[in-house]
Amino acid sequence: MTYRLGVDVGGTFTDLILVNESSGDIHTAKVPSTPSDSSIGVMNGISRVCGNAGIDPKEITQVMHGTTVATNTVLTGSGAKVGLVTTKGYRQVLQIARSYVPGGLGGWVIYNKSAPLAPLACTIEADERMGADGKAVRTLDTKALKKELERLKDENIEALTVSLINSYANPAHEKAVERVAKQVLPGIPISLSSTVVPEMQEYERTITTVANSFVRPKVAEYVKNLEKKLKKSNKGVQLNILRSDGGMASAKVAESLPVNLLMSGPAGGVSGAVWVARQAGFNDLLTFDMGGTSTDVALVQDGKAQLRRETTVGDVTVRASSVDVRTVGAGGGSIAHVPELTGALRVGPDSAGAEPGPAAYNKGGTLPTVTDANVVLGYLPSEVRLGGDMEIRKDLAEKAIRPVAKALGISVKRAAAGIIDIVNENMYGALRLVSVEQGYDPRDFALIGFGGAGPLHANALGKLMNSWPVIIPPGPGVLCAYGDATTRVRDEASRTFIRRFADTTTDELMNIYGKLADQALKTLYKQGVPPRECTVACQADIRYQGQGLQLTVDFDLKALKKGDLSVIGDPFDEMHKQLFTFALDADKEIVNLRAVAQGKSAEIEARRLPKSGSRTPAAGAVIGKSTVFMEGKDMQATLYRRDKLKAGNKIEGPAIVLEMDSTSVILSGHTGNVDQFGNILIAPSA
Amino acid sequence: MPATIVETNSKKFKRKDIDPITLDIIENAMMNARYEMDAVLFRTAMSPGIREQHDEFPMIANLEGKMVVGQFGSFIHGFKEAYDGTIEEGDLFLTTDPYACNGAISHINDWLLLRPIFKDGRLIAYAAMFGHMTDVGGKVPGSLPTDAREIFEEGIRIPPTKIYKNDELQTDLLELILHNCRMPNWNRSDFNALVAAIRTAEKRVIEMSERFGDDTFYSALDELLDRNKRAMSKLIKNTVPEKKQHFEDYICDDGLGMGPYKIKCAMWREKDKVIFDFEGTDPQSISSINFYLNEEMFKMFCGVYMIMVFDPQIMFNDGFYDLMEVRIPHGTLLKPREPAALSCRTHALGRIFDVLGGLLGQGDPDFLAGAGFSDSPHFMYSGYDKDGEWYQLYSIGFGGIPGKPSGDGPDGHSLWPSFTNVPNEFLESYFPLRIETYETIIDSGGAGYNRGGNGLRMGYCFLEPGTISIHDDRWLTYPWGVNGGEPGRRSEKILVRTDGSQERLPSKCDRIEVGSGDILYFNTWGGGGCGDPLKRETERVEFDVRAGLVSVEGAKRYGVVMNDDLTVNAKRTQTLRAKMAKKRGKVPMFDRGGDIATLKKQCLKETGLEPPRQPEFQTWALKALEGGAGKGGSVKVKRSASKNKRVVAKSKSSSKAKVSSKKRTA
Repeated sequence: MTYRLGVDVGGTFTDLILVNESSGDIHTAKVPSTPSDSSIGVMNGISRVCGNAGIDPKEITQVMHGTTVATNTVLTGSGAKVGLVTTKGYRQVLQIARSYVPGGLGGWVIYNKSAPLAPLACTIEADERMGADGKAVRTLDTKALKKELERLKDENIEALTVSLINSYANPAHEKAVERVAKQVLPGIPISLSSTVVPEMQEYERTITTVANSFVRPKVAEYVKNLEKKLKKSNKGVQLNILRSDGGMASAKVAESLPVNLLMSGPAGGVSGAVWVARQAGFNDLLTFDMGGTSTDVALVQDGKAQLRRETTVGDVTVRASSVDVRTVGAGGGSIAHVPELTGALRVGPDSAGAEPGPAAYNKGGTLPTVTDANVVLGYLPSEVRLGGDMEIRKDLAEKAIRPVAKALGISVKRAAAGIIDIVNENMYGALRLVSVEQGYDPRDFALIGFGGAGPLHANALGKLMNSWPVIIPPGPGVLCAYGDATTRVRDEASRTFIRRFADTTTDELMNIYGKLADQALKTLYKQGVPPRECTVACQADIRYQGQGLQLTVDFDLKALKKGDLSVIGDPFDEMHKQLFTFALDADKEIVNLRAVAQGKSAEIEARRLPKSGSRTPAAGAVIGKSTVFMEGKDMQATLYRRDKLKAGNKIEGPAIVLEMDSTSVILSGHTGNVDQFGNILIAPSA
Repeated sequence: MPATIVETNSKKFKRKDIDPITLDIIENAMMNARYEMDAVLFRTAMSPGIREQHDEFPMIANLEGKMVVGQFGSFIHGFKEAYDGTIEEGDLFLTTDPYACNGAISHINDWLLLRPIFKDGRLIAYAAMFGHMTDVGGKVPGSLPTDAREIFEEGIRIPPTKIYKNDELQTDLLELILHNCRMPNWNRSDFNALVAAIRTAEKRVIEMSERFGDDTFYSALDELLDRNKRAMSKLIKNTVPEKKQHFEDYICDDGLGMGPYKIKCAMWREKDKVIFDFEGTDPQSISSINFYLNEEMFKMFCGVYMIMVFDPQIMFNDGFYDLMEVRIPHGTLLKPREPAALSCRTHALGRIFDVLGGLLGQGDPDFLAGAGFSDSPHFMYSGYDKDGEWYQLYSIGFGGIPGKPSGDGPDGHSLWPSFTNVPNEFLESYFPLRIETYETIIDSGGAGYNRGGNGLRMGYCFLEPGTISIHDDRWLTYPWGVNGGEPGRRSEKILVRTDGSQERLPSKCDRIEVGSGDILYFNTWGGGGCGDPLKRETERVEFDVRAGLVSVEGAKRYGVVMNDDLTVNAKRTQTLRAKMAKKRGKVPMFDRGGDIATLKKQCLKETGLEPPRQPEFQTWALKALEGGAGKGGSVKVKRSASKNKRVVAKSKSSSKAKVSSKKRTA
C-alpha cells in the first residue's frame, strides 16, 4: 500500500492528512506546531497520523507541504546577505526602483524608502553589454570582474545574483559571469536572472532574482532539514513543496527557485478550498481566508484559481506566478480608532497581532480589535468554551471599545457593530478586486470562508457580495492540508518573444512550444514524474501592439497547428472586452510564450458524515441560547456544537456554531444546511 | 451663458442624516472606484507616457461638480460657467484647451474627458480624467515647443466638445482630431482607455447609489465634503499663522535665453481663512513656460500638501475650498492671457510646490523640507528608423527628493504621485537607442541631517540619426536646503559626439540633431538637504559612502572624515565638525546657494552656459500689473522715452530689463 501525506504548518496547529493512494481513504491528525523548528511538529504529526491509521511510516511515498518560510524571511528581513552583479552603468537599479513614490500628491513627504534587498555596498558592475536584439555589443571583461568579485568575497556575501541588461534576449553573458563567480566564490549559491525569470524589464527581473537569492539559504536549510528527518525513518519518501501558483515542486527544485514559494501558504488554502468546494459541488467560488492580521481572497473559476504574474510580500513585488490572492490588512486583530480631526471610524491597518492580542484574550492588549467587537456582539460567545484553552473576557472587550463608542457618540454595541461593518467593507473591497473589477459577476460564485476568523464574517460577506451559498468547511487547518495533499506536481518554462502577429508564423510558434514543453517535462521527469503521466498546457501573453498590459491566453496546441494565429488572437479580444469593455482593431503582439506541465492528481474524496434522518439537529448538538446584537437589535441565537451535527441538518439563523478551532456565525434570516461532507452551506432563508 | 443641465426627472434629492459608519463605507467605495480608474487606464493605454509613467489624473465629483475623490481638485464649476451648451445624459466631453476650462488642464497635450453621470434621469455625479498625449501636432514632435510664442503653435486645440452624444461616438470629429497628431494610434488607444476608465467610474457610482439609495448617496457625498472642511479648518488654524509669510522661487529660463522668472507668494490667515496672494510674480512670458494656474487646483495642491505634512489620516476632497482664497494677478506667469503659449508649463507647475513648501514650513520649521524635485524634465527623441518607420519617444526624468523631517529623500525618484520610469529594456527594444548609464549622481543630494536624494544620470546612446528635445530647469538656481541643510546639485546636459567632442546643451531646447553613436548625458538635479549635516549620525554617512551615494570627499560636507577602509575616523571627524560649526555660525532657514546676481555672475564658469538675459515682457502685461503694483509694490514700472518701451526695475535685484516692443492682442 502507498500513501501520500499533506502537511500544513500553522501558527498554532500543524495539520496532517494521510491519503491511501489506491483506495482514497483518508486519516487526519492535529498536533501543536513547534515554531522554533517546525519539522519537529511535522514529525510528531507523522507518528500520530500513522498511529491512527495503523500504518508504517515507510509506506508514505510522498509528503506534500506548503510553507511560509520564504514569506517570513522576506517579511522579517532575515534573509541572506546578497551580492549583486549588474551591467556597467546599472549598479543602482534597485536603489532607483523605477522612481516610484507611493501615496498621492505630496506622498513623498512621509515616504521613507527601505534599503535595497541587495545592499549597494555589495553590488558590483560587469563591463559587458548585450543588445536588445540578443547580439553582444561588448564582451565581458572577465579580468575586471574577477577583481570586483574578490571584493564581494571580503564583504562575506551569502548568495550571489547576476542580473544583466537584456539577458532575457540572450543569457550568454550571465552564464559567463556565473563561470567566473563559481571560481572566485566557491560554495556561494548563484541565481541568474535569465534562469529565474527570463523576461523583459530590468528592475523587475533583478528584484525577483535578488529575492530568490535572499530567501534561498533559509529555505534550503528548512527543506534539507525536513527532508533529512523524513528520510531517516523512510528512505524512499519524496518531499514536495507547494508553489505560489498552486502547483507542487520537488524539494530540490523548490530549493533552487524559492522565489516561487512566496505565496506557498495562501496557495495551500486556496487549493484546499477548491478541493472542498468541488466535493460539495461548487466549481466557481470566491475564497475568503481571514486570519489575525490579514485576509486573503481569491477567485476560482471552473475549479481553477486565477493566476497572476506577480507576487507581493511586504514591500517587495516580484515577477513570479502566484495564485491571484489579494491581501488586505484586515483581520481579527485589526485595531479600530477614531482620528480626532475627522471623527471617522477607521479599522486597521494596525493590528494587535498575537501579542498583545485582542483585549478580550486578556494577554495585555487594551486596544479595541475586530475580535473584541465580535465578542461584544456575542458572535464569539464568552460563556461557552469548547476544548480550546483561551478564555474570553467580554468585560475587557467592552472596556476596549468604549472609547470608540464615546468618540462616535453611540452605544458600545453599536460601535462594535460599526467596527464589524467597516472591516467587512474592507474585505468586500478585496473581494470586488478579484471579481467585479475583473469583469466577473459575484452572483455566479459561491463564497467559502475559512481561516481563524473567516467563518465569523463569511455570512456577512456573502450578503454584501450576493454570493451564495456561503460554504463553511469543517476544520480550517485541515483545509490547507487537503490542499497540499491534492495538488499536482507542476513546472513551467517560458520565454519572452516580442513579435507582431503579422510577422509570426504558426510553424515558428510550434517549434518554440515544442522546446518549452520538453524543458518543463524534463524538470518534472527529474522529480520522478514520467512524461506519460503529464499534461502540458500552452499559454501566450498577448497585447495590442504598444499596450502595457499583457493578457494570458490558454489555448490548445493542436488547434494552433491546424489553424492560424486567430486561435490565440480571438480569445484575447474576448478577454480584453470582458475586462475593459472594448476591444481594439489594432495589431496584436506576442510578449511571452509559456508551457505548463503538470503531473496527475490524486483522486481522493472527503470523509462523509453520518446521515441524519431529521432536518433538526440532534438534541446533543444544541448547547444553549445566547444574546447577539444583529441588525441593530438584541436577538436570541442558538449555539451549536459542530461535531454533533449530521448530514441533512438545518440550522436557522441567528445561530452560532462552535468547534474546537473555529466559530461560525449564521445571520438572522439565513439558513445553514449541513451537507454530507460536514460543510455548512448558508443561504438566505426561503 | 453658463451650461444648462438637462434632466428628464425633476425629483429633487433629499438631504438625509448619515450615520458615520455608512459614510466611511461610501468614502471607501469612492476611493476604490478612483483607484480602479487608474488601473483600467494603465492597463489599456498605449503611449509609454500614460501606461508606464502614469501621466494622468482621475476624479469623481458630486452633482454640483465638487471633487469627492481625486487628485488635482475639481474644475467643473469653471467648465460649467464657460460652456455655453447643454449637459445631457449620454454626453462625454473632451477638451484640451486650458483657456476654455479655466486651467483645469494646463497644456494642450492633456486630454480631459468629463462625463456627467445620470441615474433614472437625474444627474448624480461627474467622472473626469485627463491623460498626457505624447503628441497633439504642432510645430515640433511631442507638441511642447520650447520657443512657442502662441498656443496656436502647440498643436490641435479642442474646446469643450461632446465627443460622445447620446452615448454615440462622434467619429468624424475624432478622426479630424487624430488627423492632426503625429502618433494617431497612440492617441486613439489612449482616448479609448480614458473612456473605459470613466465608464468604470460611472458603473461604480451607479452601483453605489443603488446599494445605499439615491438620497443617501447624495447626502453622503455632501457630508464627506463637510467632514473634510471641518478637519481642514482645524488644521489651518493650528498651522497657518496670521502673520504674513513670503516666499519666492524661480524658473531659471524661458527657452529663449531669458530668465530667471520669479514666482512670488504671500500667505496669511484671517480667522478661519487662509489667503494666498501671488502679487509680485513676474508678468507672463512671451515664450511657452507660462502656467495657467487654476485657483481651485492650487487650493487642492495646498490642502493635500498640508495634509501630508501635518496629518496624513485626513482624506482630501474639495470640501475645504471655502477656507482658502487664492489671488493670482492676471497677465502674470501664472495667469497668462490667451493666446499665450503654455506647453512648457511643467517647470512652473513643479516650482509651485517648492513655493508652497517654503511658505507653509516657515510657520512651523519642524515641518520644513528642502526644495524638491519640482519638475518633470522631458526628453524627446524622434525620427525615421532604417526601415523608414517613424519613431517618437517622450519620457519623463526623475531626480532627488528633498531631505525632509521624516528622513532622507529617495535618490532618482518622482515627486509626482504614481509616476514610474519606462523600463530601459522596453525603450531599447522599441526605440533605436541604448541606455549606457542609469545611475544616481554621487554627492548631488544636498547635505543635511536628512540628506537630499541624488539626481539621476541617464546616458542615452542614439543608434539612428534623429532629433531630440529637452525640457528641464534648476540649472541656474539651486534646489535650496533648509534649517542648515545645503542645496542640492543643479542639472546639466552634455552631448558627447562620436568624435569625442562635448557640448553643453541648454536646459530647454528643440530640434537638436543627433547622429548614430552620439551619447546624451541627461543629469537631473539633487534634492535640498534638511537640517544640520554636522549632526547627521556618522553611521548614516558611512552607510552612504559605502553604498557609493556619497563620496569620501562629499562626506566632508557632513564634517565626516573617512579612513581608507571607508570607516569613519572619529577623532578627525570631531575636530572637523567643531571647526565647521564655528566657521558657519548661525544656521539659516533657507540656503539658496547664493542670490540671483551672484548665480548669474558665476554662471558661465560654473555651468558652461551663458547666463540668461533679463526677461522681456509685453507692454500690456506690464501695464496691467502696474495697476496692482501699488498694493504690493514688488514690480515697479518706469516709463522710458519711447512709448512702447518700458524698463522694469525689480524691487529685490534692481537689475534692468529690456521690454519687448511687440504688442499682442489681448
